Amino acid sequence: MSEFYTATDHYVVVPAIMLALFGCAVLLFDFWMFPQARHRKYLLLVLIGGEIFTGVHLWRQGNFLSAQGLSELVAFRGSLVLDGFSLFFNWIFVAATIIVAIASYRYLEIEGEHHGEYYGLILVAQSGMFFLAAGTDLITLFIGVELMALCFYVMVGFLRGQKRSNEAAIKYLLLGAFSSGLMVYGFSLLYGLSGSTKLSVIGQAVAAREPWDPMLFLAIATISVGLLFKVSAAPFHMWAPDAYEGAPTTVTAYLAVGSKAASFAFLMRMYLGPLSEGRPTWEPLLIGAAVLSMTIGNIAAVTQSNVKRLLAYSSISHAGYILLGLVAGNQTGIKGMAVYILVYAFMTMGAFIVVVALRRKELIGEDIDDMAGLIHKSPGYAVLMLIFLLSLAGIPPTAGFIGKYYIFLALLETGHYVLAAVAALYVAVAIYYYFRIVRSMFVSEAAETPPLATTVGVRVALAVTGVLTLVMGVYPEPFLRLAQSSLTR
Amino acid sequence: MEGAPLSWYLILSAILFALGVAGFLFRRNIITVFMCIELMLNAVNLSFIAFSHKLNQVDGHIYAFFVMVVAAAEAAVGLAIILTVFKNRASLAIDDVSSMKY
Repeated sequence: MSEFYTATDHYVVVPAIMLALFGCAVLLFDFWMFPQARHRKYLLLVLIGGEIFTGVHLWRQGNFLSAQGLSELVAFRGSLVLDGFSLFFNWIFVAATIIVAIASYRYLEIEGEHHGEYYGLILVAQSGMFFLAAGTDLITLFIGVELMALCFYVMVGFLRGQKRSNEAAIKYLLLGAFSSGLMVYGFSLLYGLSGSTKLSVIGQAVAAREPWDPMLFLAIATISVGLLFKVSAAPFHMWAPDAYEGAPTTVTAYLAVGSKAASFAFLMRMYLGPLSEGRPTWEPLLIGAAVLSMTIGNIAAVTQSNVKRLLAYSSISHAGYILLGLVAGNQTGIKGMAVYILVYAFMTMGAFIVVVALRRKELIGEDIDDMAGLIHKSPGYAVLMLIFLLSLAGIPPTAGFIGKYYIFLALLETGHYVLAAVAALYVAVAIYYYFRIVRSMFVSEAAETPPLATTVGVRVALAVTGVLTLVMGVYPEPFLRLAQSSLTR
Repeated sequence: MEGAPLSWYLILSAILFALGVAGFLFRRNIITVFMCIELMLNAVNLSFIAFSHKLNQVDGHIYAFFVMVVAAAEAAVGLAIILTVFKNRASLAIDDVSSMKY
């Protein structure tokens, strides 16, 4: 351990390093030791091993912080930080990665794709997400977002032979790289006006400037556009429906949950940290983006016939709701964002995994019509999908209600009555299109279709997401405490 | 930077960046669009280096290296994806890559 890599640095960064190493290990095992098909499940075990390691380490980090009574542990001279916020998001990433990975096994078999590369990319992407949640320096944040995005570009285009998957990948790649370019231009301006890449120093420099300083305005505008691209908020959402539809469904689930949660972590670090003094500049931008996201997301979803595309638009509208928490900006609002992201992660993942289960060798199973009569054929899946859809619509006693409750509460507390009314109106629109799926599952006649592709992994993934979606709605206290712990920044 | 003041470099960087953005929005070939993104990143590098020189620090230089690394990785992944698109469609016009519509 040298001056540049102390014991504290190691303690904070080790989950990210181990995730990347486990990712490489999966690739090496795939290449050398397990080329035969019957050994593929060991690759999944390596991934789960990596996640267990990460989970145990996060647990110890959390205990260490509370035992020492510290609110944060700064590493690498202020480039990385271990605090409640980073731990909260890293727990979401661990849960999302395990659930997506165990649900992917059978799907990859059906598509006839490689397992090793897939699990390796998931692990390395999660390593990038770690830096987004824990980074407090423009360099670490930029490397984190690019590491995550590069893995996702490849994963979205994972089905090389399928036109739809290629198309999704090229659209995601071009728009993602463009948004990164805009964002990093804003970073260069922030560096120029503060003389540092550390978020804390930048915060002081931003506070010292006039709110309408042209250079600061340009920096905030380009960074905001880049961040809104990453969280797929309108009007920068164009890539999301195509990428979500064309990507393999398991990757869509990971993109909708992991990438979005990580991007929101990044967004909250920027707006609540160095840019918090620039609120007069970015608040109108965010209000516009939130209202547009809810409008476009909810209106466009009404006419969709593809479930993945419908859920993509619904995920755009959810980004709008989460942004409203930041617009409110008080304690309730920030806590509401954390709660909403947690809730969103499990209900969205669950809904996508039901679509994964509908994929069979002979049937793509992504249309609303493919769900016709699901209640007669596989009642368990139909009921679980109903729970996820109720939660996505925000109907009690499911988790989605708790998420929306705090956002609305924050809006009312801060006097944003018009925004609250608009948001509530769009909840009604959302109920309409979610219930198109419900009607198809419960009312329509069943067509002759092959049985669902169920495996232990898919069942466990659905059970976990389903139970959590219900429990968070009925007994939210422990999850609210968890979200509260993320606020100690 | 004895001769030229900082603002010249920043203006050049802004012009290059704007050219990249304009090319991204208006060009119709995937490779050209991709090159425009590289142009944007290089404009960012110029602005980092100019600031860094003016502030007499190395932070900006280091950032420029990281941007170059990211640009290289992005080019590797991007060209691979463009190759698969070309294999499947035998075309690199953006308008041909639009099978998914709303």
